[in-house]
Amino acid sequence: MSDVTTDTSNIKAEASSTATTPKNDDVILEIANISVSFDGFKALNDLSMKFMRNELRCIIGPNGAGKTTMMDCITGKTRPDEGTCTFNNTVDLSLLTEAEIALVGIGRKFQKPTIFESHTVFENLELAMKTDKTVFFSLFAVVDDVMRDRISDTLKKVNLGEHADQLAGRLSHGQKQWLEIGMLLMQDPQLLLLDEPVAGMTDDETERTGELFNSLKGKHSLVVVEHDMDFVAQLKSMVTVLDQGAMLCEGEMAAVQADPRVIEVYLGR
Amino acid sequence: MLCKLQFRFFSPTKILRTAILLPWLAAIFSMPVNASLIEGFPLDPELVHQLNGDGNKAKTNAIKQLTLLATPEAVQLLTALAEERLMIAGDSGELLLRVEGEKAFDAATGVEFSPVPEDMDQLYPNNRVRVVLNTSMSILKLFNPDREIRLEAAKQIEDTGGADEMFLPIMDRVLAKESDSEIKEIITLVKAMIGVKSSDPSIRLKAVQDLGESDNPDIKLKLTEMTDPANEADNSVRAAAAESLASLEQKMLIGETITRVFTGLSLGSILLLAALGLAITYGVMGIINMAHGELLMIGAFATFVVHDFFRDHFAEFFDWYIVAAVPVAFFSAAIVGVIMERTVIRWLYGRALETLLTTWGISLILIQTVRVMFGTFNQEIANPGWLSGSVEVMSNVNLPWNRLVIIGFAVLVLVLVWLLLNRTRLGLFVRAVTQNRTMAGCVGVPTAYIDTVAFSLGAAIAGLGGVALSQVSNVGPEMGQGYIVDCFMTVVLGGVGQLAGTVWASMGIGIVTKLVEGGLGAVFAKVIVLAIIILVIQKRPQGIFALKGRTAD
Amino acid sequence: MSNARTPFVVRFFSATGRTGWIALVLFALLTIVAVPVCHLMFQEGDALFISTFYVTLIGKIMCYAIVAVAMDLIWGYAGVLSLAQGLFFALGGYAFGMYLMRSIGLDGVYQSHLPDFMVFLDWKEYPWFWAFTDSFVYAIFLAIAAPGLLAFIFGFFVFRSRVKGVYFAIISQAMLYAFLLLFFMNNTGFGGNNGFTDFKRILGYDITSPEMRATLFALSSATLMFALIFGRYVVTSKYGRILTAIRDAEMRVMFLGYNPLWYKLFIWTVAAIICGIAGALYVPQVGIINPSEMATANSIEIAIWAAIGGRGTLVGPAIGAFVVNLSKSWFTVAFPEYWLYFLGLLFVLVTLLLPQGLVGLYQQLRARSTR
Repeated sequence: MSDVTTDTSNIKAEASSTATTPKNDDVILEIANISVSFDGFKALNDLSMKFMRNELRCIIGPNGAGKTTMMDCITGKTRPDEGTCTFNNTVDLSLLTEAEIALVGIGRKFQKPTIFESHTVFENLELAMKTDKTVFFSLFAVVDDVMRDRISDTLKKVNLGEHADQLAGRLSHGQKQWLEIGMLLMQDPQLLLLDEPVAGMTDDETERTGELFNSLKGKHSLVVVEHDMDFVAQLKSMVTVLDQGAMLCEGEMAAVQADPRVIEVYLGR
Repeated sequence: MLCKLQFRFFSPTKILRTAILLPWLAAIFSMPVNASLIEGFPLDPELVHQLNGDGNKAKTNAIKQLTLLATPEAVQLLTALAEERLMIAGDSGELLLRVEGEKAFDAATGVEFSPVPEDMDQLYPNNRVRVVLNTSMSILKLFNPDREIRLEAAKQIEDTGGADEMFLPIMDRVLAKESDSEIKEIITLVKAMIGVKSSDPSIRLKAVQDLGESDNPDIKLKLTEMTDPANEADNSVRAAAAESLASLEQKMLIGETITRVFTGLSLGSILLLAALGLAITYGVMGIINMAHGELLMIGAFATFVVHDFFRDHFAEFFDWYIVAAVPVAFFSAAIVGVIMERTVIRWLYGRALETLLTTWGISLILIQTVRVMFGTFNQEIANPGWLSGSVEVMSNVNLPWNRLVIIGFAVLVLVLVWLLLNRTRLGLFVRAVTQNRTMAGCVGVPTAYIDTVAFSLGAAIAGLGGVALSQVSNVGPEMGQGYIVDCFMTVVLGGVGQLAGTVWASMGIGIVTKLVEGGLGAVFAKVIVLAIIILVIQKRPQGIFALKGRTAD
Repeated sequence: MSNARTPFVVRFFSATGRTGWIALVLFALLTIVAVPVCHLMFQEGDALFISTFYVTLIGKIMCYAIVAVAMDLIWGYAGVLSLAQGLFFALGGYAFGMYLMRSIGLDGVYQSHLPDFMVFLDWKEYPWFWAFTDSFVYAIFLAIAAPGLLAFIFGFFVFRSRVKGVYFAIISQAMLYAFLLLFFMNNTGFGGNNGFTDFKRILGYDITSPEMRATLFALSSATLMFALIFGRYVVTSKYGRILTAIRDAEMRVMFLGYNPLWYKLFIWTVAAIICGIAGALYVPQVGIINPSEMATANSIEIAIWAAIGGRGTLVGPAIGAFVVNLSKSWFTVAFPEYWLYFLGLLFVLVTLLLPQGLVGLYQQLRARSTR
C-alpha cells in the first residue's frame, strides 16, 4: 500500500532544502492575517508574523494569547478561518494534511510530552527518523548501522544514552520532554516548533536544554513558546509577545521586558 | 244536457259573482294555513298514478320526477311508498291512498279519504324500483336541516352510484344551497360521475374537469378509461381527461408521500425515544451501551405485565393500563440501569471499547433472563380502546391514532428531558460533565454520582421508548436487537452533547428510511441510510450537531 | 535486529522466535500428522480413532482461530475494534460456497445445472456475479477479493473521516447488519435464509470422504500456522511499531509524517482477507453457509475470543477461540439454557478482571515466579 504522494513530496522537500543556500535573510515561514475563532471566541485575531531561516525566535504571552493555536494552524491541526501560512515562500500549508506538513520539514513538540509509552526509547527515535514514511517501505524496512549510529548520537544529545531499551512510559517527566526533543531532532526538520519545551524540568535540565537549542541555531529554524523567562533570556533571541490573538510587540528580550504594555499584560510590575 | 249546464255556467250574473269573489278567494288560498295547497298539493295526479304504472321504467321515472320536485309532499309520498304505506284502492285500482296510522289520504291531493276502504292492495316496490327509490330518498335527505343526516345521505349516494342523469337538476339545486364543504365536495363528485356518462360532449367535458379537482383514488380508473379512444370519441374530452388524470395522480402522489413522511415521523419519534437515552449516556460517559435495546425491551415487558394485570384485576379500567405502564416502565428500566452502572460499568471508566463488550454480555444475560421468565415467543398486547382507529386527513391519507399519540408522547418526553437538562441543577452538572469531565470534577461536580444518574436516566428514557414500541410492534425477548443499530446510527449522525442533534438525526433517519422504503424496499432503505451516514461523517465526523472547540480527540 | 543484507525470506520466518517455532512444530505434528492419521488409519471402536465429529469440530475451531488472529491484528495491534469480521468470514465462505454449489452439477434435487434454490425461484440462468464460479481458482480468488475489496472501500471512507473507537465499532456493526438483511432476501441470488448446502465434491473428489476431511483439516491447520507466522512478522516489523504507535497516540504519529489512513487501511484489508480465507476453509468442513453467519452476535463473540486469550499476543486470541468454542460445544450439550448466561458472564468478567487475557495472566505469573 504505497502512498505515492507523500513519497514524492518527501523527495521534493529534500531537494528544495539543498537547492536554496541558507541565507539568513530568507523567510522560512510567513503567517499572514490569520484569524481563528472557536464558537465565537476569537483565539487568533488577524495575526501576521515572519520567521527567518535559521533564526531562533521566542514567543511569549499570557494564557489564551493564542500561542498554541498559532502552532496548531501552522501544523494543520486547526484550519484558520482566514489568512494563510506559507512555508519557504512556496508551500501553502492550509492545503496539506498534518502528515504532509511534517514531511515538508516542520517538526513540532507538544506542550504535554506525547511520546509512545509502550515503545522503547530506541524505538521512539527510530519511528521519528527522517526516512521514507510509506506503508510499503515500513513493511520491509530494516534498522541498519547508519541508522543505529544516528540514533546513538541523538540519544547522547538528549542525555538518554543509558535508557535506550527502556519503555518510554517509565521515564521521568523531564526525560520524556527530552525524548520528544530527540524525536524532533531525528526528524531533521527545517523548522522546529517547540511548545513549552522546559515545562516541568529542573533548573539543570532547563539549562542543558538551552545549550542544546543554542547549538541548533544557524542550522535549523526554531520557534520556542515559553513561560520561563530565565530560559528565554538564556536563548538570547528575538522575542515576540502575543496577546489576545494578536502581536503586541517584538524585539530583543531586554526591550520587550521593559515595554510597559508587556508589563501590563503579562510580566507584571 | 251538457249544453244546458254550460249555458247556465256562463250566465252573466255568474261571471260577475266569480269576478268579485276571485280576489277574495285568492287571498284566502294564499294564507299559510293552506300553504300546502299552493306549494305541494295537489301533486300532478298523472305522475302520482304512474307510481303504479306499467313496467319498471314508468315507476322509476315517476319516482325520479317526484324527487326533482323535492317538496315536502313529494318526500311524504315517496317515504310512504318506501315504507309500503301506499295503497291501491277503488274498483279499478284508480285510487292511490297514503296511509298514516288509522287514516288514509289521497296520494295526489292530500285530502283525507274516509271511510278507509276495506280491501286495499299494497303498492309494493320491487327490487329494481327500490334501488331507485333509495337513491331518491337519499337525495331528498340532502335537504334535511341536520348536517349529519345530509352527510350520511351524500356518502350513501356516492357509494351506491345510483344517481343518474335525470337527477342532475336536483344536484344543482343542492349545490346552490349547500354550505357545508364536505358535502358539497361529495355532491360535486357524484354530479361529475353522472356527467361522464352523458351523451352530450360538453357535459362530459365539464364533468371530466370537475373530476380532476378531486383526490379520490377510485376516480382514477374512470379517468383512465376516458383517455382511451375506444371509450371516448371526443378529442377535447379525452384531452381534458388526461389532464385531470395527471392532476389526480399528482394529488395521490402527494397523499402517498404525506403518509410516508408521517410514518417516517412516527418511526423517528420512536427512534428518538430509543436513542435519546443512548446519546445522553454517550455524551456523559463516552460509552456505547450495547444493552440499550434490552432496556427498551424491559420497558415493553413492563407494559405487558401491567397490561395483563389490568386485564385480570382492573378490567373496567383496562383502557388506562397504558397510563400506569409509563411510570412502571420508567422505573423498571431505571433500576436495571442503576444496577448495571454500579456493578459493572463504573469499573470500566475510560475504557470505552471494553464497556461495549461488557454491555453486550449484559444484554445476553438480560435476554436470556426474560426468555426464561416469559418464554421465547412474542407476547400479545392489545392497544387500549382510545388509541385505536385513525384520522382521515385526505382521501387516501389515513393517520393511525396510536402513532399520532406516540409522536406526541415523544415530544412530551423530549420537552421534559430538555427542561431537566437545561433548567435544573442536576441538568447543569450533567452538561458540565459532558463537556469537560475533568474540569467539572475540579469545581466540585460529583462525577461518579452524575454518571449513575445519567446512565439510569438514559435507561429510563429507553424504558419509555419500550412503552411506545409495545403499542405498534411485537413484544418479545429479542425485540431490542432490531433497534440498536438504528439507535447507534442516530447517535453517530446527530452527535452528542446537544438534544437537537438526536432529534434531527432520528427524524431524518426515520423519514428517509420510509421514503426510500416505498420505492426500493426496507432492506435497500437500510443500506442507503447507512451509506448516507458514512458520507455525512466524511465532512463532519463528530456528527451534525457536535460540540466544537479545542477538544483533543 | 537483522542486517539489511539478510534475505527477506529469512527475516520473514525468523520473526517467530525459537519458542514460537517449537510450539508450531509440535502443533503441526499434532494436527497435520497425528489427527489425519488417526482419522484415516483407524476405525470406529479403535482406541486411537478420531471420529468425523471431532475432526469437523476442531477443523471448524481452527478456522475460527484464524479469524481470531486477524482480529488481534486489527484490535490488539491497531486498536481498531471491528464488529464486522464475521461479515468478511461469511463473504469468503459464500464465495467458495458458490464454487461448491456449481460442483453439485446435476446431482441436486431438481437435477438441473442450476442450484436448487434458483430452480425454486424459477430462474433460468445464473446471475452475472456467478460468472466463472465453476472454477476452483476463481473461487479462491473471489474469497480473497470480495472481502478485501469491501474492506478497502469501507475502510477508506471511514478511516479517512477519522472515525475511531466506539463510533467505528458501531458503524462496522451497521455494515454487517445491512449485509445480513441483503443476504436474507430470497432474490439476491445467494440462497436467501437457507443459504448454500448439500455440497457434493471439490475438484472432483467427494466432499464427505474421510480423505477430504483430513485434507481440509490439515489445510486449516497450515493456514492457521501461516497466519501466526505472517502476523508475527508484521507486528515485529517497523510497520508493526508504527501501527502500535498509531494505536497509542495517533496524533503524534501524524506529526511525524506518517499518514495513519494507509497504515490502518492496510492491516484492515489484510485482516479481512485472512477472514475470507478462513471462511472458505470453513464452509466445506461444516457443509453449509447461510446468513446467520453474519449475525451481530457472532462478530462480537470474535472480540471476546481475542479478549479472553489476550490481545496483542497473536497466539492468545487463537487460544481464546479454542477455549470459548470448546466450552460452547460442551455447554450446549450439557446445560443448553445456561450457555448464554455463561457467555454473557464471560464477557463481563474477562473485561473486568482479566484485561490481559489468559496469555497475559500466564506472562504475569511467569514474571512473578522468576523474581
